Formats: sequence, structure tokens, C-alpha cells
Amino acid sequence: MSAQKKDRPWLIRTYSGHSSAEKSNELYRSNLAKGQTGLSVAFDLPTQTGYDSDHVLARGEVGKVGVPICHIDDMSTLFNEIPLDQMNTSMTINATSNWLLALLVVVAERQGVAPSELKGTTQNDIIKEYLSRGTYVFPPEASVRMTSDMIAYSVNEIPGWNPVNVCSYHLQEAGATPVQEIAYSMATALALLDSVAARDDVPEEAVPRVFGRISFFLNSSIRFVEETCKCRAMTQLWEEIGRNRYGITDPKLLRFRYGVQVNSLGLTEAQPENNAIRIALEALGVTLSKSARARAMQLPAWNEALGLPRPWDQQWSLRIQQILAYETDLLEYPDIFEGSVVIEERTQQLIEESKAELQKVLDMGGAVAAVENAYMKQRLVESHTNRLRAIESGEQLLVGVNAFTEGEDSPLTAGGSLGSILSVDEGAEREQIERLNSFRAKRNQADVDGALQNLRDVVTAGGNAMPPSIQAARAGVTTGEWTDTMRDIFGEYRAPTGIVIRDASEATGMTADVRKRVDDVSTALGRRIKLLVGKPGLDGHSNGAEQIAVKARDVGMEVVYDGIRLTPAELVASARDEGVHAIGLSILSGSHSVLVVDVLNGLKEAGLGGLPVIVGGIIPEEDADELRAAGVSRVYTPRDFDLTRIMAEITETVASVHASDGVSVSDGVDDD
Amino acid sequence: MRLMESLCLTASMTTELSRRLLERDRKAVPEALNLIEDDRRAQRDASAALLQKLEGNNRAALRVGITGAPGAGKSTLIDALVRELRSRDKTVGIIAVDPSSQKSGGALLGDRLRMRSSASDEGVFLRSMAARDRLGGLSASCRDGIEILASAFDVVLIETVGVGQSESEIVNLVHTLVFVAQPGAGDSVQFMKAGLIEMPDVFVVNKADTGAIAERTQSELLGGVGLSDEPAGAWTAPALLASARDGTGICEVVDAIVEHRDHLVETDTLNTRLNRGKAEWLRGALIDRYGTHGIEKLGGPDALHAMIDAEVSEAAPVTYQRLALAIEDTLRKG
Repeated sequence: MSAQKKDRPWLIRTYSGHSSAEKSNELYRSNLAKGQTGLSVAFDLPTQTGYDSDHVLARGEVGKVGVPICHIDDMSTLFNEIPLDQMNTSMTINATSNWLLALLVVVAERQGVAPSELKGTTQNDIIKEYLSRGTYVFPPEASVRMTSDMIAYSVNEIPGWNPVNVCSYHLQEAGATPVQEIAYSMATALALLDSVAARDDVPEEAVPRVFGRISFFLNSSIRFVEETCKCRAMTQLWEEIGRNRYGITDPKLLRFRYGVQVNSLGLTEAQPENNAIRIALEALGVTLSKSARARAMQLPAWNEALGLPRPWDQQWSLRIQQILAYETDLLEYPDIFEGSVVIEERTQQLIEESKAELQKVLDMGGAVAAVENAYMKQRLVESHTNRLRAIESGEQLLVGVNAFTEGEDSPLTAGGSLGSILSVDEGAEREQIERLNSFRAKRNQADVDGALQNLRDVVTAGGNAMPPSIQAARAGVTTGEWTDTMRDIFGEYRAPTGIVIRDASEATGMTADVRKRVDDVSTALGRRIKLLVGKPGLDGHSNGAEQIAVKARDVGMEVVYDGIRLTPAELVASARDEGVHAIGLSILSGSHSVLVVDVLNGLKEAGLGGLPVIVGGIIPEEDADELRAAGVSRVYTPRDFDLTRIMAEITETVASVHASDGVSVSDGVDDD
Repeated sequence: MRLMESLCLTASMTTELSRRLLERDRKAVPEALNLIEDDRRAQRDASAALLQKLEGNNRAALRVGITGAPGAGKSTLIDALVRELRSRDKTVGIIAVDPSSQKSGGALLGDRLRMRSSASDEGVFLRSMAARDRLGGLSASCRDGIEILASAFDVVLIETVGVGQSESEIVNLVHTLVFVAQPGAGDSVQFMKAGLIEMPDVFVVNKADTGAIAERTQSELLGGVGLSDEPAGAWTAPALLASARDGTGICEVVDAIVEHRDHLVETDTLNTRLNRGKAEWLRGALIDRYGTHGIEKLGGPDALHAMIDAEVSEAAPVTYQRLALAIEDTLRKG
């Protein structure tokens, strides 16, 4: 064998950002010093959903899951002393991605860097936001138009930019099987490509270049052999689509380029140290095949299910990548699966099944139609429900969760759960708002008004949103103002939930017992137990809330599903108007302390202080204690995988609350 | 002792509650709905008393049923209609009915999610209700809930999933029945085949932004309406194009609902349907409980009809209770 040239390692990144632009900038520079080779910016939820830090919905969320960016000065601070012409920057931003790219272009301008020299990626896959992640703002068609605006703009002006990272990642987090992951992400890519190809300002000969700029963002689960096959299947399928559907022949443009964040769904709160091993194994699925290897990778931290990771936790994951890339012999070989009958057979099987599922989506009108009619969402919720049932029944083993639960205490979490995660400085929100106010005070209001009017005029007339957005960034427009203008033009959207799927399953064992108990308590209450399920704040990860809603119906409750992005006042009004017996709140963004207390106070003011509130989310034990002390009836975390037991407990909570109100719960019906 | 106490409590509580409802105290609405949904004996008595107090005092409200196949966009259309009604200074109460699982009895009520534009508007009220034991039909709670909302709001909208049976049940609970058709979905054809085309008073082809497909569905519906054999001067159901997405035609849909009401007033038939609905519900509920055998005990269907007609000013649950007692009485004797 001739001496093989060693393959170049993938871009090594860490998804990070928190508190403020300044703190995040410090973190980026220290990560780069540790050997990270690219940046991956995490924005906070107000930035992702287009609200300034002082908006009512931003309360409790500022700087929590990422960096708050309200205006051009924030963005400049974020990249302080990071030369943008030498950096490959990935931005996890979707609904407001045109705006954040506009800000980046203006920061580059300030650094003396031309847009054509910028390299990086905007995630910008709005379809999966409707299906899983929840940070959408506008209706699907308007969103696809904004995306195609950015593609049309960047393909000429920022040729080194990946305007869209089509995400199968979040589909897997929402429960997708490999076939669903492949089919729905391909359907999304086709929807975007078709919409760009149909534009007047994109000449036909530019379509292959556009195709070549579409990249993907994949997930990788613990089933790393199947994941290997999935990556190979997507590589082949993408090339086939490029050739057959778009007539592309240049092999470079036909290459399936993808970045990866490995699976968070399978990371456990119980025995969290095991997650480091899971993460390393998950990284194999996307790196083993030379012919289908990831271009960029970011790994979650071992303690993600506990709360926000600290710099050390992120460093541990960075080291996993470095060991895999630089210590092992992985990059020394050509494709190690070439000629493997087993891998090839599974790969072909995935291709065939994915094609059939993709065709189904295309037949109903493509990805946008399959969002609006909830088809894809329903399939995902179904898969996720099946996964949870398998874990609950023990059919699928999770070490430390439903198997091998006995063990020594971990020294890593010896300081209590708060001792092993990052707590965002509670002053971060206040300071960010102060900065925002002084920025607003010093800018030229006439410039701002003019830029917003121009943005409105151009977009209303059907023009490309990018140039007026860049102008708005220069003029000092804020994230909230830009998005409000767009909201005004396009309207806001609420995606279908996909939870109204099929009749409840046949009850067996414990489910049957809980159903009976729900029936009995309902009879005693005089009407069926009614539960409100909703998500306060801006966190859009609705999978958990949806699973709770499905399960609650399954045991016989009437469930009002109120969806995402609710203010505490809206939740209180829903609870009152619907006459529910209990409220279930789901929060994954870490802003539970503020939001839950606001709901509790609102309920008291509305005279509903006795209504039990149940909270689920990524909640450290110390916070859970505080919530219970504040009046929350029960707190559930990812450790509580047994949904049937959760339902049994909610039923008892309802029964006991009403028993103390003088309603007899145990002796059945009344005195007639 | 307990019974006496609860009866006294009932009287003062229901008087107070009915007063607050008729004074349009919004906070009384959920309380009243909690009561009428409550199946315990004392609460059933109280709710019958409450409905009796409201009877005749809530006939001014416009009652509109909105039905159509799943996915036709009923909720988003209602969201748009509510905005239009609000701009005309009308307060709106909505009941959204979703099916119950036949196996577990549970239900997923997802309509709040899709009707968000008035979430913080005090002039709009939404209550989700499960269909409960009535497959595809309307529960007694829904029927009574309409009476509650009609007491406190200018317009009452009832959204039901159209699967055939619910149309025939809802049609007699409202002044105007609106059928929402999805362009190109073929449901309009199914609708005609099922012989239900005579029921709706207004057809709306939603998603008019789909263009030609929507127009084709519109002409199919118009063709179907034209086929029905109605006497001169009768209301002809219009088939309107609308789009909840861009707001097209929403104003016209509200206009058509108002015109239909005017037509009912002109022809002096405003309450005919509601009275018929009450009678039909009573008959159905009595048959459900006692079978045709029980109806025979009252002297057969014609006698029952006459009894119901004689009590048109009574709230349905009150009449129901009286007739039920009468049947049980004869059953005991016989």
C-alpha cells in the first residue's frame, strides 16, 4: 500500500456563549487558545426569537442559553480581537439569521474585512424549528423566502459562506428514526433549493453553485454502526439528488458536506459521568468513514442534562475531539468500510427506505406542506413516544437509568448538582438592559427610522431583505426592532403540534391502574381531570411537553395543550378560563426560577393559589428545592423517564388538593 | 340536612352567578362553565337552576357553529373572524370541541394554541371542551356552555370537527352554521354525498390563497347548493373564498353571518331552530337513558313532542329532569 496522505482533521468547535458579548468573547479566545479551530456561537433565546433583552418575553432568558445580541455594538464586542477573515464562524441562528448575518457583515466592515472574505455558517434551517426546536417566528412560506434571500445574496457576495445548514440533528433529538432523519432533512433541502431556483435574481447557471453551498448538520446517536451507515447513505443520496434533480455534474459541488453535534437526547442525568463515554462513542459514527466524514464537529458536555456546562466541562469534550483526531490512527487510512458487505447492505437499505419516505413528503407538496399539515411532526412525536415506551418497559437499556443503577457516588458531582454546572450571573440581564438603553440613547433616531422604513419598503415590494438589513445594522437598529418590522409584514406563526395522532394505546399493567384511578378521581371531582400543559418563556423545545400531553391523554385526562412562548400572565388566564385542575410547565432553558415564580404569583392574584403546579425541565436539585418551597407541587427532571409514574403522581396531587378543599375524593359519588 | 343546606346554597349561589354573567363579569364565565360541566348531583341541580335563570335572558347573542374536516383550518379562520368581530366592537365567547379517546376517555385540546391572537384580550373568551362520550357529537356540557357564553358575550362561536354527526347536532344549537372547506381536499364532494349539504348556512372555502384550486372547490359547493330544492324566499347558502393567512374575505364571512341572522329575524324564525334543537336534544337524551320504552310511558313520541313544546320557556335541563321523573314514576307504578 502506498503511503497514504493523512486526512485533514475536521473543524473542531465548541457550541458556546453566555451572559454577555464580553464574557462570551473571553470564552471564545480561551477556547481558541486551547486548540479549538473554529467558533460556534450560541445565542440566547430572545436573540433567536427576535426580542430585545428588555421585552416582557425575554424576562429570565437573557444570556441563559447563549449570548444576547441586541445591536451592532454587542456583535462587535463578541468578535473583539478575533479577526473575521481568519476565523470560520458557525452561528446557530434561524428565524433571525438574516439579521445576525447582517450584523456580522458590518462587524467585518469595522474590522476592515470584506464580506467576500468571511467564512462560516448560519444554521438557518427553519423547517426543523417548526418540527422540533421551536425558535421560529414567521409563517413557513415567509421564512423560506427569507432563507432564499440569504442564499441568493451570499452566493454572490459572501461565496465562502454556508447560508443554510440543513439540520437532521434536531429531528433526531425530537425522536426521529434514521430513515426519518434522512428523508425529512433532504425534503427540507429540496424545498429551499427549489425556492432559490425559482427566483428571478438567481440565474439558472448559478443553481449548481447554490447546491454546492448547502451544508447539513447531523446528529449521531450511541448506535454508531447504524450512524456510520446513515452518513454514507446521506452522502450517496445527496449526490444522486444533485445529479438527477438539478443536473449537476461537478463532483466538488455534489459533495455532501456536514457538521455534527452528537446526541443530547441519550445523555442521562443519572450517573452523568457516563455521558463522557457516550459522547466519545457517538463521535465515531460520523468520523469513521473517510468517504462520509464530518467537516466540523462540536460535542456536548457530559453534564448537559444537569444544567449549563462550565468551561472545564466543554474543555473535556474538546479533548475527546483532539484525542480522536490527533492521537488515534483514524485519519491515516482510506475508507475503512470499503468492501464491507454488512455496512453496504444497511446503507442501501436506509437509502431505499428514505427515498420512499421522501417521496411521500414530496407527494404531499414538499417540506413546507408537510409542516403545515403536521405530517412530519406527527411521525416524529410517534417515534419519540415509541422510544420512551421502550425505555419505560426496559426493552431499550440505558445504563444507570433503567439498568445497572447501583453504583458509587461520583466525585464529579460531590459538590451537589449546582457545584458541577455553570450558573449565569443573575446581574447579566440587568447589565445587558443597561447597555441596550445607553445604546438606544446615543444612536441617531432619524437614521434608525429611515433604515426601518427602507427595510419595510424593500421587503414589502418583494426585494431581497439582506441589503436593507445590513443598512439597518449600520444605522443602529436593534434585534427587536428588525424582527418587529418583519413580524408586521409577515405575521407570526404557531406550528401545529402533531400530538393529536391516534387513539390511546391499549392499557396494560400500570397504565390501566392509572386510568382507573383517573376515572375514580374524575368521578369524585364531578368532571374529568383537566390538565394545562404549556411552556413559559422562549424555550421552544416542545418534545417533552408534548410527550407529557400525549401520556396524560393516554391515562384519561383532558389536556389543554397551550404550546410554547407563553407569558406567565397568559398561562394564568388559560388556567382560569379552561377551569383546569392542575398546570404542568416545561422549561429547558434554565430560566425556571424566575418564570415559575411569576406563574405562582399570577395564580395567587387570580384567586387560583391552590391550583397545583408541576414543573419539568433541566432543573438542578437545589433549584428544585427552592421551587417546592415557593409552592410548586412536584418537580421532574430528565431522570424521571417513567411517564406513567409521573401521571400517577399528578393524579394523586390533584386528588389531595381537592380533598383538602372539602371535596371527598375517596368515597366516590354524592348523596343521591 | 346536607341536602337542605346544599339547596339553599344552590339558590343563592346560582342567583349570584346568573347576575354576574348577565352583567358580563368575565370572571363568572369560567366559574359557571366549571359548574355546568360538573356531573355530581348537587352541581347538576345547581346548574339546571342557573340555566333556568339565564333562559330567555340570553337570546340576544349571535350563536354561530363552525364545522369542517380536520385540517380545513377552522381554528385559524376563527382566529381571523374573532379579530374582525373585535374590530366591530363585539365581544366573543368560543367553545372549541375536540374528540375524546374512546379507550381512555382522555382528550387533547389543542385549540388555544391556534387561536392566540386575542390571548390577552378581555373581550375574547375561549374554553376547550372534550366531546366526552358522544362520538363525533356534542356533549351536554357543550350545549349548556353555549347558554353560559350567550349570557356574557355578543357572539358565541362553537368549533366542532365535522365528521357528519356533529353537523346535525350543532345545526340546531346555533343561528348560523358555517362549513369550512379545504381547497381540493375532496371533502366538499364527500359532504354532498353524505347529504349534509342542506345544513350549513354559509360555506367558506379557506386558504383562498391557493388560487385556482380554491375556486374550483367553491364552484363545486355552489353547484351542490344549487341542486337542493328550496322554496322561494328561502336562504341560499353563499360559498365564500377566504384566507385566514392574508385576511382576504374575512370581512365578507362576518357580513354573511350577520345577513343570515337578519334573514332569520325577517322571516321570524330566529328562535325556531334553537327550540327545535332543545326538543331534539331532550328526546335524544331521554331515549339514551330510558329507551323508546320510556318514551312510550309518556304516551309516545307525539305526546312527548307536545310536552316539550309546551315548555319552550323552560331551560332544557329543567324540562329533562321533570320528564325523567315522570318516566321513572310511571316505571315504578307499572
